[in-house]
Amino acid sequence: MARHVVAPVADIPPGGRKLVAVNGRAVVVFNLAGEFFALNNRCPHRGGSLCHGKLTGLVQSSEPGEYRYSRKGEIIRCPWHSWEFDIRTGQSWCDPGKVRTRRYEVSVEAGARLVEGPYKAETFPVSVENDYVVVEA
Amino acid sequence: MNMEVRQPLRAQKTRYGIVDCDIHPKLLIEDFRPHLSNQWWAHLQTYGLRPRHGFAKTYPMPKITPQAARRDAWPPTGGLPGTDLDFLRQQLLDLYDMDFGIMNPLSPTGQGDQNGEFSAAMSYAANEVQLEVWARREKRLKASVVVPYENPEASAAEIRRRAGNKDFAQVFMLSRTAEAHGRRRYWPIYQAAVEAGLPVGIHVFGYAGWPLTNSGWPSFYIEEMTEHATGQQAVVASMIFEGLFEQFRDLKVVLIESGFGWLPALGWRLDKHWERMRDEVPHVKRPPSEYIREHFWVSTQPMEEAEEPEHVIDAMRWIGFDRILFASDYPHWDFDDPFLALPPSLTEEQRAMIYAGNAKKLYGLA
Repeated sequence: MARHVVAPVADIPPGGRKLVAVNGRAVVVFNLAGEFFALNNRCPHRGGSLCHGKLTGLVQSSEPGEYRYSRKGEIIRCPWHSWEFDIRTGQSWCDPGKVRTRRYEVSVEAGARLVEGPYKAETFPVSVENDYVVVEA
Repeated sequence: MNMEVRQPLRAQKTRYGIVDCDIHPKLLIEDFRPHLSNQWWAHLQTYGLRPRHGFAKTYPMPKITPQAARRDAWPPTGGLPGTDLDFLRQQLLDLYDMDFGIMNPLSPTGQGDQNGEFSAAMSYAANEVQLEVWARREKRLKASVVVPYENPEASAAEIRRRAGNKDFAQVFMLSRTAEAHGRRRYWPIYQAAVEAGLPVGIHVFGYAGWPLTNSGWPSFYIEEMTEHATGQQAVVASMIFEGLFEQFRDLKVVLIESGFGWLPALGWRLDKHWERMRDEVPHVKRPPSEYIREHFWVSTQPMEEAEEPEHVIDAMRWIGFDRILFASDYPHWDFDDPFLALPPSLTEEQRAMIYAGNAKKLYGLA
């Protein structure tokens, strides 16, 4: 496990997402109202790029004609076959028992701390005044 | 920090030289202009397209995504999915290192239009646009002869016009027609296809003017997606029981975008009934399953996803590994990735046939 600085916080505003490289793997980082989450970008169903999917919510129904929409903006829908994943957990809503996309720990660190290490894979300059998104993988 | 999601060329252990048998270029109506007479262009501007169903301005059923497209298939240059040749090369032909792709253009092509003469003019123009915008600029892409199938004589003339042109791989029909596909009114189409040495591809969708099920219109798009299998079963049964394959011994039919898991069960059912009721159809000389195995090909997409992958292999074995053609359905949302769609336990030989060998043989691609 290493900690990778992937983006300045300002690059991913609330409701936003960004595709980043961590150890050569495609990872998508989401900002849900200030909280950051990171998922493996490759859909475990047939390989679509989750970052290019639609951000949506949960539609549930207790009976025909009655619908409940909740958790707006917390579900990512694959751009190909529309499999849906919970951004907070990586769990699939199509096949929750068997399928999930890998989730990575994310934190926000101040630039001043990052300069000291033990952080890796920076491909852009880190300035002490800014905050950065750090993915553990 | 930004990166390409996929490498430019994904590593294949073996190079299969994939042939994608279902690619949907979106033809642009402005490109039709040079190929329509002033009269038909004015007609199009004034009256528009008039398919045989009530919701003439939209689809009969809603789609799961805009344009039913993969959300990542909208070209960065703007425009609709399937309109940008360079983006299609990048996202499909080059990425998967394909040898060939068969183009199956859907609306707007004028197929099934209420006005038979207009439908013929539009089909001619759609074929010209396929050549001009796509096939002549990219030799890996082959066009399909769009025919105004509700106007069979004009369809036959269009097929004869294109016969011998290697830019065309097949005759193109849709699964929803005014009458069942085996009926005599459509026979001029099959006759011309056989004479031209072209298979007839029957792709799902279209506007029949009939509801999608025996009990009318379903409520949901998910039901329309299910109907494709039952619709194609009706196509197969009609073609066999009307005696089409006794009349046209060399006719080859490709069922496109309907999967294939249902085909063995249909064969069993047809054979069982034929044993008991063949006196009703004395022109049908052999068990229906024999006609299926001799005259039909199936495309893979949307690939069956059984809990037990071996069940899919069993269905493939019944149909014949030499009858199954890989198809992706690019750029639509139910796109099948060539490297992930097929069951993992296929042998290398079976895989090579399905990816490319069968299609190259059927369509005469080299």
